[in-house]
Amino acid sequence: MNDRHSELSTELVISEILRWGVRCSLFLIVLGSVLCFVRGVDYGSSGGTADDLYSLINGEGSFPHSLAWLANGLLHLQGAAIIVAGLGLLISTPLMRVSASIAAFTLHKDRAFALISVIVFTLVILSFAIGAA
Amino acid sequence: MTPLEWTIIVAAISVSAGLLGSLAGVGGGIIVVPALTLLMGVDIRHAIAASIVAVVATSSAAASTYVRERMTNIRLGMLLETATALGAICGALAAGLLSSKLLYILFGVILCYNAWHMSHKREDGQHTIPPDPFADKLSLHASYYDRSLKRELSYRVSRTKLGLLVSWIAGLVSGLLGVGGGIFKVPLMHLAMGVPIKAATATSNFMIGITASTGAAIYFMRGDVKPFIAAPVAIGVIAGSKIGARLLGGMKLNAVRMAFVVVMAVAAVQMLYKGLFR
Repeated sequence: MNDRHSELSTELVISEILRWGVRCSLFLIVLGSVLCFVRGVDYGSSGGTADDLYSLINGEGSFPHSLAWLANGLLHLQGAAIIVAGLGLLISTPLMRVSASIAAFTLHKDRAFALISVIVFTLVILSFAIGAA
Repeated sequence: MTPLEWTIIVAAISVSAGLLGSLAGVGGGIIVVPALTLLMGVDIRHAIAASIVAVVATSSAAASTYVRERMTNIRLGMLLETATALGAICGALAAGLLSSKLLYILFGVILCYNAWHMSHKREDGQHTIPPDPFADKLSLHASYYDRSLKRELSYRVSRTKLGLLVSWIAGLVSGLLGVGGGIFKVPLMHLAMGVPIKAATATSNFMIGITASTGAAIYFMRGDVKPFIAAPVAIGVIAGSKIGARLLGGMKLNAVRMAFVVVMAVAAVQMLYKGLFR
């Protein structure tokens, strides 16, 4: 049904997707954080003060509620927007690996597990729809 | 404390969360939430949002190594994920119908029992494992090269139907209480289904990412994932998980089991505390 070789290549695809998803998001989160500190407008000048910290942790402020904010922030290389993009990529990495496993199992004609992957994918989308509603 | 100092401290704490979470296959939320709320002045809503991002980060960062070393049983993980995801949906829909105090006490007691059981378990081969035609049919049996034993460790998976039922319950609990299901999946796979401890933690680690990513996406859309808080948590946890993932392969089986027993005991205390005193 599935020989050792095809099994290994499925593992390799999944492993590479996770690796690059994490690498890219880590890069964006680190870059965004460095920009926030260096510029001094986001987190306060020269490392900020205790008051800056209080408002950063407790304030409702700066958080993105719109895609427009995100797009605009990315265009202007704003640290917070880059961090948000990195976090978004990080959060979507597991779903990308499920999509990849659908493709890999289908390619190896492993119908049972292609179907299982599709079920997982559908349930994840469904629970997101329920949770977001 | 300045924002820079705060960021560095949170990142350092998160390294330990990622390390422990990746070794035990539970994600590290049990460290991130108390550290952020009790020590770092973050309110519970933002701490939970950051910790669920931490679970996704631990899972993805460690899984790329575990999958490559073949410690992760992908087929078993994918199969059990169907039940967990379904359970999480049922849990989200049923939230509020059941007393969460009672659930915390119930699962705290179950964890204590599991911890005791696991601390007495020895890696004594598989002579007690009954055959399972369902696992044969889906070819769930697997093997990996164990670096501490210096040999290929092959195992047969058993009690798949029980595994699906318990995974469904684990998903239900995570939907109801917002705790990760990993703490139940590792003992399930190791004690009931015949999976060696490292393969159990690696497979659990693989599975929790997908459930957590759903939760994280919901918090993200609501705007609860604050960049200032989540960024150092994510960076620290990814670094810690990478270290943990390198270590697990070479660790002694009993050491991994004992680390997991400690994690279970901490989680049990947290759950019983929430059930009895909150």
